[in-house]
Parts: sequence; C-alpha cells; structure tokens
Amino acid sequence: MNPLYKPPLISRRMLRLTFRNYKVWRKLTLPSISMNVLEPLVFLFGFGLGVGALIGDIEGTDYLQYIAAGMVGYGAMQSASFEALYSAFTRMHVQRTWQGILNTPMTLDDVLLGEWVWAGMKGAMAGVAMLLVVVVLGLAESWLALPFIMLVIILTALAFSAIGLAVNALANSYDFFSYYFTLFITPMMMLSGAFFPIAVLPAPLQIVSAFLPLTHSVELVRPFMTGGDIALSQMALSVVVLLIYTTAGLYLSTILTRRRLLK
Amino acid sequence: MAAALTVDKLYKRYGEIEAVRGASFTINTGECFGILGPNGAGKSTTLQICLAQSKQDSGTIDLLGYTMPEQVLAARQKVGVVPQQDNLDPDFNCIENLTVYAHYFGLQLSAAKINELLEFSGLSTRAHARITTLSGGMQRRLTLARALVNDPEFIFLDEPTTGLDPQARHLIWERLRRLQDTNKTLLLTTHFMEEAERLCNRVAIMDNGQIIAIGTPATLVTECIEKEVVEIYGADIENWLASRQSLYDRYEQFGQLAYCYSNDAIALVQALQAEGRNFTHRPANLEDVFLRLTGRDLRE
Ligand SMILES: Nc1ncnc2c1ncn2[C@@H]1O[C@H](COP(=O)(O)OP(=O)(O)O)[C@@H](O)[C@H]1O
Ligand SMILES: [Mg+2]
Repeated sequence: MNPLYKPPLISRRMLRLTFRNYKVWRKLTLPSISMNVLEPLVFLFGFGLGVGALIGDIEGTDYLQYIAAGMVGYGAMQSASFEALYSAFTRMHVQRTWQGILNTPMTLDDVLLGEWVWAGMKGAMAGVAMLLVVVVLGLAESWLALPFIMLVIILTALAFSAIGLAVNALANSYDFFSYYFTLFITPMMMLSGAFFPIAVLPAPLQIVSAFLPLTHSVELVRPFMTGGDIALSQMALSVVVLLIYTTAGLYLSTILTRRRLLK
Repeated sequence: MAAALTVDKLYKRYGEIEAVRGASFTINTGECFGILGPNGAGKSTTLQICLAQSKQDSGTIDLLGYTMPEQVLAARQKVGVVPQQDNLDPDFNCIENLTVYAHYFGLQLSAAKINELLEFSGLSTRAHARITTLSGGMQRRLTLARALVNDPEFIFLDEPTTGLDPQARHLIWERLRRLQDTNKTLLLTTHFMEEAERLCNRVAIMDNGQIIAIGTPATLVTECIEKEVVEIYGADIENWLASRQSLYDRYEQFGQLAYCYSNDAIALVQALQAEGRNFTHRPANLEDVFLRLTGRDLRE
C-alpha cells in the first residue's frame, strides 16, 4: 500500500504537541475561555429571551432551555473549529512551528494527532464552560445527565477538530477558512435543530440535516438537558454518525497533510 | 575513523526540477564538513533528505548507523538541526523554547543544562524575553542552542550565518568552533567562502544538484586552480591581454574586469607595473575555485 494512505500511527508522542499547545493556552486561560463562551451566550440570550418572548414554549420546552441544548454543542463546535483551522494553520504555515518539531523524534502523524487532541480539548472546554453557564441559569433538568452531556460535548469537539484539520491541510491562507464557516458551519447551525425543530424545514433540507454532525450533537444533548425522551436506536445512530465524522475527518486530514508537507 | 554520515548516489526531483543528481559523500565522526554551493544548488534538499524531511527518489543514506528514512526516529534522537529559516516558537520565551523543544525528544532539561544553553547562546540575561524581541543574531544563536537540547552527536546547519551582520556571524563561528572542540560532527551549508575556509575540515562544492569537488579547502585550492590571481581593470583589457598570452595561463573576463590565473604571475605583474595599470595581485583562494567550478553566472 502507498504509505501516503496508511492510517495514522497512534503514539503517545502526540501528547508532546498537545502539551505544547496547553502551555501556550495556560498563559491566557481566562480570556480564552470567556471568548469561547461569549458567542454562544449572545445567541442564547439574544434568541432565547427575544424570540422566546414571542413564542414561549417549543415542543413543550421553554425556548431558552430549548436552544441552550443547541448552544452547548455549538460552543464545542465553534471552539474546536477555530483551533483546528486558524491556530493549527498558524503553527503549520505561518510560524513554521511544525517544521521545527519535525526535526525532532516526532512524526507528522504525531503532530497531527496532537493537534487533533488539543483542538478537541479546547472545544470540549468551551462546551463544558457553556454547560456550566446553563446549569447555573437553572436550565438543566437533572444533574445526573451532566456526565452524559459532557461525553457528547467531547465527541462533538473531536469530530469538528478532525474535520477542521482536513480543511486546514487544504488552506493556502486564512481567507480559505471564511468559506468553511460561511458555507458549512453557519448553515449547519441553522439546519441542526439548535434554534428550531428540524420538522419545520422543507423535506430536502431535512435530509441534509440528517447528515450534519451538529444535528446529532443537538439530538443527543437536548433530551438529557430538558428531560425529554430519546429512543436508544436514535442515540446509537447519533453517536455512530459523530464517530464516523471523527474517523473519516482524521483519516482525511492525515492523508491531505502528508500530501502537503512530505515532499 | 568511523563514518558519521554516508550519502550514496542521491537523486531527488521535484516535478521538472532535478534538485539533486547523484550526490555522494562521506562525513567522518568529529569532522566539520561544508557543502558550498550557489542558490538552488540542492544543498537544502540534500540536508532535508538526510534528515528524512523529504524522501529521495533513489540513493542510500546512513546517518550514525541508521538507514534514512526508515530509521528516522532513532536517528533524530541523536541529531541537532539548525534550519535555513528560523522557526523558533514565537508563543514562548527563550527558556521555554529550549524546554518545550527538549520535550519533543521526551527529555526534561535540568536547570544546569538550561543555564549552559543560555550561556552558549549568549542570552542569559534575556532568558524570559519573547522571541519577537530578539535580533536576528540572537534568534540564530538560540536556534543553535535549541539544536543542542538533546546533546546531539551530529549537527546539521543550513546556512547558519546567512543574513547576519559580521559581528553576529563571528559570534556564531566562535560557537561552532566550541562545538568542534567537543568532537561533534557538523554538516553545514554555506555560500560564504570565508565560513567554509575557517570552519570546515573538508568541503564539497555543489552545483546543479551535483557534487563537483570534495577536499580540504587547501587541497581544493592547490588542485583545482592556478596558484596566483591577477585582477586587472580597464576598458581595453581584452585586447591588451590578447596580445600577451604568454604572461598567464588563462583569464576570465567580467565586464571591464579580467581575472588572470597563473602559476607564476611575476612577468605579468611587471608588465602591468611598467604601464602603470590598475591591478591586484594575490594568491588564489577558495572563492576562485568556487567560481571556476560553478561559473560566474548569477543564480536567482
Ligand atoms: N519543495 C520544493 N518543491 C519544488 N522545488 C523545490 C523544492 N525545494 C527545492 N526545490 C528546487 O530544487 C532546487 C534546489 O533547491 P535547494 O535544495 O533549496 O537549493 P539550495 O539550498 O542549494 O539553495 C531549486 O531549483 C529549488 O527551486
Ligand atoms: Mg538552501
């Protein structure tokens, strides 16, 4: 098999890069987390209080609580994507940090997986921080559901981290990422059921929605936050979809990054 | 003496460009070996392949007993690299650049080792300075110190002094001599003759992806070129020289400047003095060898 297409070799060495990123982040922890939570918070209150005042309940849930479930996943997605795109691109292309690391006993797979874990961690931190806000506001029904919501947050963050790194491998400048956000992330937010039920969408868009990772993240978080029901089969399906996005994104990013950097 | 690096019949092509065309050389342990060549000669490509940053199309490389690129991780554990372009980590200060880099090797630097490396880079007083506040020379020295975090046996330096002012350059040279004293093996690329002459035990001259001469700077000068050079300046120089062919072995003209090569230039010098012409008479040096072998065309 062409070595270009080999699956990434997983080694503990990747954590050396994760740790490097953590050391940089530690210098700016508070501003960084606040920024990551600010955007979903603006949506939560803007729509939750504004639109919520007009429509009251949705599917038997208070609107603020309804979109809170979506904003937790949204926070994780946004933060993981930013890290896997802008920050990783800075280290790969602008600062040439990766090139320096590739002169040490670290493989490109190590570097890439280390970035993946890190962007996943950042996304998870943003999602969990958002979850904390939601809990403090009394929007979560049960404490017992929180660990499960956290697992979904982590899975969501890892999926978007993987997809982001694949896009990163194709970028030639920061501008490239605005396409990704405009054409993929923002429409997905609208189609994912974060703000309104998917059922109100026209049928073709409902089909599109079923394939979007954020849809499944929201699908998993919402019942556990609002105390609603979810069929086990739906749960399994959503977890599998997120896992497929993670695995496929990771594999794709490995191949694309190898093709870009190993000459 | 054992070979630290053996490169055999290396080929590398990037699309249409043949960057390296059959380069072969051997570097002995403890030696400082220079690859001298104009821009685009294939120096960096050769280094990158030796480090398995890039994969050769054909040819074999043995680095410290490891086959490259197959045994790259084991080899890199014992190797230090100063890349052509600095890539210090701007998110960290000087000390952190050293400790974080050591961590990529799975190493934890002791306080004594950190101090030693800071002293080596002449940055003891700037230990907590951000990288972006350092001058070009300081960054280069820190890059050099960073290449030593794993106490390497072999150090690759790609144009370590390009872009530095003379003071900064001399400081780097002094540090490189210190490294030679500790019996480290050095491979450096350069297009500064002075650098190669001062530092290198042996140099290879590379052009168009090929190694066209290898030897000590002194043997290259004695074997590849006449002993003396007379540089003559004047508008009519071509005619003047054409009528006096017995006074020199050969000459190269470059605009209004002629370089005459001869093993005994005394007659030429006397003729020039008699006419009161503008000239310089000097022994041949490595730069003459370099220009003879690689030509005087501009490389861009
Ligand atoms: N990654 C690359 N892709 C395409 N061409 C390259 C690449 N790297 C080097 N080259 C080409 O290979 C030749 C040798 O380059 P290089 O090894 O950098 O020379 P040097 O270091 O001696 O200046 C040049 O013509 C250069 O343009
Ligand atoms: Mg070069």
